[in-house]
Formats: sequence, C-alpha cells, structure tokens
Amino acid sequence: MLNESYIRVLDVDLGTGRVRALRRPDLQPYLGGVGLATALLAEYVRPDLDPLAPEQPIVIAIGPLSTIYPAVTKAIAMFRSPLNGELGESHAGGRLALAMRYAGYDALVLHGRAPRPVYLYVDSDQVLLKRADTLWGMDAEEAGRVLRDLEPGRGHRSIMRIGPAGERLVRYALVNCETYRHFGRLGLGAVFGSKLLKGIYISGDCDIPIPNVKEYNRVYTEIYRRIVSTDAMQKYHDLGTPANVLALHELGALPTRNLQSGRFEGAAEISGEAFAEHDLMRKVACSGCPIGCIHIALLRQQFGDEHEYSWTGISYDHELLYSLGSLLGIASRRGILRLLDRVAQKGLDAIATGVTLAWATEAAARGLIDTRELGTDLSFGDVEGYLNAIEAIVEGKSELARQLALGVTAAARRYGGEDFALALGGNPVAGYHTGYANVLGQLVGARHSHVDNGGYSIDQKPRELTDEEIVDAVIAEEQERNALNSLAICMFARKIYDRPTALAALKAIGIPWTEQDWVDLGRRIYREKVALKESFGFSYRDLRVPARFFETPSMRGRLDPQRFARLLELFNERLDAIRAA
Amino acid sequence: MPKVLTAPAMSRCIGCYSCMLACARLNYGSYSPRHAALQIRTQGGLQGRLVADICRACREPACAEACPTGALSPRRGGGVTLRTEECIGCQACVRACPLGVIYWPKNGRTPIVCRHCGVCVRYCPHGCLAMEEVPDAE
Repeated sequence: MLNESYIRVLDVDLGTGRVRALRRPDLQPYLGGVGLATALLAEYVRPDLDPLAPEQPIVIAIGPLSTIYPAVTKAIAMFRSPLNGELGESHAGGRLALAMRYAGYDALVLHGRAPRPVYLYVDSDQVLLKRADTLWGMDAEEAGRVLRDLEPGRGHRSIMRIGPAGERLVRYALVNCETYRHFGRLGLGAVFGSKLLKGIYISGDCDIPIPNVKEYNRVYTEIYRRIVSTDAMQKYHDLGTPANVLALHELGALPTRNLQSGRFEGAAEISGEAFAEHDLMRKVACSGCPIGCIHIALLRQQFGDEHEYSWTGISYDHELLYSLGSLLGIASRRGILRLLDRVAQKGLDAIATGVTLAWATEAAARGLIDTRELGTDLSFGDVEGYLNAIEAIVEGKSELARQLALGVTAAARRYGGEDFALALGGNPVAGYHTGYANVLGQLVGARHSHVDNGGYSIDQKPRELTDEEIVDAVIAEEQERNALNSLAICMFARKIYDRPTALAALKAIGIPWTEQDWVDLGRRIYREKVALKESFGFSYRDLRVPARFFETPSMRGRLDPQRFARLLELFNERLDAIRAA
Repeated sequence: MPKVLTAPAMSRCIGCYSCMLACARLNYGSYSPRHAALQIRTQGGLQGRLVADICRACREPACAEACPTGALSPRRGGGVTLRTEECIGCQACVRACPLGVIYWPKNGRTPIVCRHCGVCVRYCPHGCLAMEEVPDAE
C-alpha cells in the first residue's frame, strides 16, 4: 500500500463467499506486481492438483508505482496454466491497475469454485459476490456492456469478463479487460470459467495523500516530458507495434503459413502502414499513460442492400496481425479484422488461436486430421473457413474440436505433426523468427513468452553474438524484467524506466531502494519462478523444439539444431549456478 | 483578461488521465484522479466517446448562490473561488451545480471545485483542453 509498510491483499473464497482483507508486511520486500504475485501464487497454489481444480488460486497484483507515474499501467495475473500445466502469467493494461489502487488493494487472490455463476464486485467499501446466471453464455462485449449498466459506480471502474470460450474451458481462453486489453496468454479465461466466475467489477475512489508533492511532481514531470516530448515512444504511438509487420517481413523473420516461410507476399497489405492509412479510427490509452498505443480500426460491414452497414472498433497489434494474418496466409485487412472480432467476442487468445488453426491447416493437408469434423475446410488465406473453425472449437461438438480446444501441443500429441506445432514450452509462439535467442528465450522463459526476456530483440543486435553472450543476455534480461514487472510498468516504456529512473521514482514516494536491492529482487523472483515451474513438473533438461524452427531460415539464416543443443546445455549450467547461489 | 478552462478538442482525447492526475497532484495533494476538479470519462465504455466533465465557468454560478456562508463566491471571468476556512461542509453547492461537476471527496470536509488554474491543460498531450481568455463580467 502507498504510504504504508504492508501489502494489502483481498482474499476471496468463491466457494464459501468468505472475504478477508489482509495486511501483509512480510510481502513488502517483493515490491508488488510480478514479485508479489509470484510469492502469493507459491503460497496458495496446489502443485498436486489439476490447473482447473477449485482450490487453485487466481492472483492479480499491481505495484507501488501503478498509475501514479506515466505508463505504469499493468496488472499482473498469475495462476497455474490449464494450457501447459505450469506457470501461468499474463499482464493486462486498461483501467484495472487504477481501479485496484483506489479500491485500496495491492493484490486479489480468488480461490474456490462458486456454486453457481457469479461476478465479483469490489469497491473501496464493499466486496460482494453477485449472481451471474443471466450473464453466463454472453459474449465478452455484451457481458461488459451489461456489467457497466448494472453497476453505475462512482469511482474509476474496471470490468473484466470472459466470453463463451472461458465458460467452455477452452485452454487458451482469455480474460477481457475494458474491451481492448486482455489477460491473453496461457488460459486465465478457462480458470475463471472453471470457478463459474464470469467477471470482476472493480471501482476505486479512495483518496491517497501525497507525502512529498514537490519531489514527486519533479520526478513525475521529468518522466512525463521524456515520454511525450522525446522520440523514445514514437514507435508506439505512431504506427504502434504493427510497424513490425513490414520490417520483419523484410528481414525474413515474419512467420508465414505456419512458419513455412519467414516472408509474406501480403505483408504490405496487412502492414501497420496500411492499417494506419485505411482503417485506423482512433487511438486510446491505458489510464495513466500519455502514449496512447491502443490502435483501433474500423470494421465496416454491409449486411443488407440499400447501404446497410454495421460498424465495430477493433484493436490491432503486431501479434494479432501475425497470428491471424501472415501465419494463416491472410493478406486481407478486412479478413483479419473479422477474425479479430470473432476471437474477441468468444474470448480467445489470438496468438494461440492462430497457431492452433495454422497447425490444423497443415495437419489437414497432410491427412492427419479431417476438418469435416469442424464442419469446414481449412486452407491458408481462407477467412470463412477459419471463422467457422473458431465457432466449432468453442462449441466443442466433435472430438477434433475438443482436442483443438486443448491447444496445439495437445492436439499434435494426439494426431501427430508435433514437428510443425508452433509452441515452445506448451505456449504458442509470438510473431518473430529472428534467431537463436528468440527460440531459446521462449523455451526457457518462465512463462514461455517472447516478453519474458526479449530474445527477438537480442537477435537483432547489430553483430552476431557468441553462445555465452546469447545465454547470458537471455538470463540477465529476464532478471531485469522481473524487477521492472514488480513495478508493473508497461514494457513499452522499459527504456524510459532505466534503473536510475525506477529508483528515483520509488524514492520520491518514500521507498528508498538501492540498486543492489533491485538486482537482488530480479534474481530472487527468477529463482522462485524456476522452483514453481519445477514443482509443476517442468524440466529444463527435457525440452523439445519443433523441427520447423530449424527448417525454415530465420533472420539469421537457418538455425543449427546442434548449436541450439549447446545453447541449452550452457543455459542449464548457468541455471545450476543460479540455483546454488 | 481572465481565463477559463475549456475542452474544445475532446475528439482527440486518448483517455490517459494525465490532466486529472495533474489537478489531483498539484491542487489537492492526492494521487487519486478522482480527487480532481475535472473528470474524463467514457460514454458507453471504450467503444464510445471520451467526454470531459468540467466547470463551465458560469457567470452567475448557482453553486455560489446556494452557498450559505459565502465560502464560494463568483470569480472574475466566471466560475467560483473557494475560501475553505468559511466552508461548513453542507454540500449545498454539490446539489446546486446544474452539471454535477462539483465533487465531494469521500470523507472530505470541503468540495473540489475548479480554480481555472490551467495545470490540467499543461499536462494534456493532445491539446484537448485549453485556457480561453474571456472578458471581465459586464
């Protein structure tokens, strides 16, 4: 809590309805965010039980700087992932961090299974479980609208909810947060669904006085000026991350048609430049961030003669244009927007959906599966087929549909085709085929995410790195990000929040941390995540990389499996040393 | 000439809340954007428009007329000036404001009313807000 020497945790048992607001001074050394969530997950999780068992917790945490400094906008969710069975971690922007801060909680821990569908209501005076029978079955947009109307509130509000995919336990279902932001990765939506939890409404309006306005304002204003008056953030508010599409295509690093190629002939058509020119309707921001990186495109669809049109605003990012664009061979912006609209309503992670459909397309062409079970044909570039398949997977009416709902790794284990199932550590990969650090980073990263350690960025250093340099960079970057994510800053602002800036921001609000404290925290979280993963049965010595990553040339040329094995061996040596320290 | 706060270009607003945070921080010593004299909000969620609830600087302010002690008095150029030491906490101003933009903080003793000081304008990254020069009251 700001101005206090403890962390305030809201513990809700969804099964019994028991609510506790806990003061936890012992958690203060974790700062907040990822550190705090890791500690709480370790405390509550049950490694002996299934990820969807009622006892499993959902942890959501913010950090000490959340929304009181520019671009510190993330809330961190941690859970046991139903997609890969191990460490689940996902970050979302929007208004959630703001609402939690002024409702007066640093972390929420929800556990148990509600006896009937519910949503959780939290404000600074009350915590209530309310009936959600009538909301059950609604798509994510409709559920958000209804909750907004049901709870007018007087504070700044955040509304999280799942769609039908979460209710039906699709293992890569997401949690929608304020329509345009998501806890996307690793299946938090299915964990909500397993608890019969349709959504969470949080409203915050309490006052938190500033102890030292002068010093805080000085540091705030310096950070604000660097964000809005220098070109440090230009990429993110101009074209946004979709600027990557054309750039990666030109480097040969844009996964295309299930990574049969690193170049896409339709890249210009689906580029950030083309979206900005033709479809960009507006940009919006997370609360407390002046960048405004959320790019929203207008999807205008004719539904009748006499110029009858419907319209929808759809947010787009690089990962979405890759996973439901180039990876599926779709060169039509409208086609991509229609798919994005569908996954948003159903409440599915776009990356996992795209990777699963790309695998299914290739598996069908090779005769491993029969897509008539999905009631559709699948071929690269065919939007209608993919729209139908998404519907079929969420409905789960055939054995194939139910297998695909378990994720690409499970489906490939069942039907074959593991060599072209594009997941690392059971998590479908992000949109980069840059080289060794990218594959290694996602394989050994705690949540198997490209943003665990930015391997794709390490690959793009001007010169070729040695084995040692790659492994050390992947580890060092992940440790640094663990500390940064304990502040819950947006990773887009990571260059603004270098160590001196982060420490100055903490000091100005009365948290006098040293650089050594910072380094120690990053390392401690790293070790604790490794221990958690191993408690879930994950082994760093028993890792597979699908052959496709070695067959298709990356930005750095074809990757050599033997060199990769050496990298992995070296990583394990380093990890042994970290464990022993 | 006196100046008053206006919101002429809200169609450019991205909802970053930097304006509210500035007002809360510099005028009220609070981290909380709810403790600001202007409120940015969405109409119908983020699919809808962003709007600004601001003091419109009435020339004959209903809030000042309703104030029984004179703690609120008309300001040059429009709007009001608050003398907190004269406020008795009756909240008549909150009820009187026709636009509902006077905010009574939770557990607070005095209202949050716009001073038309312009700090919010200085922290708006998109030029949505402006200070406009207006003639003195006739």
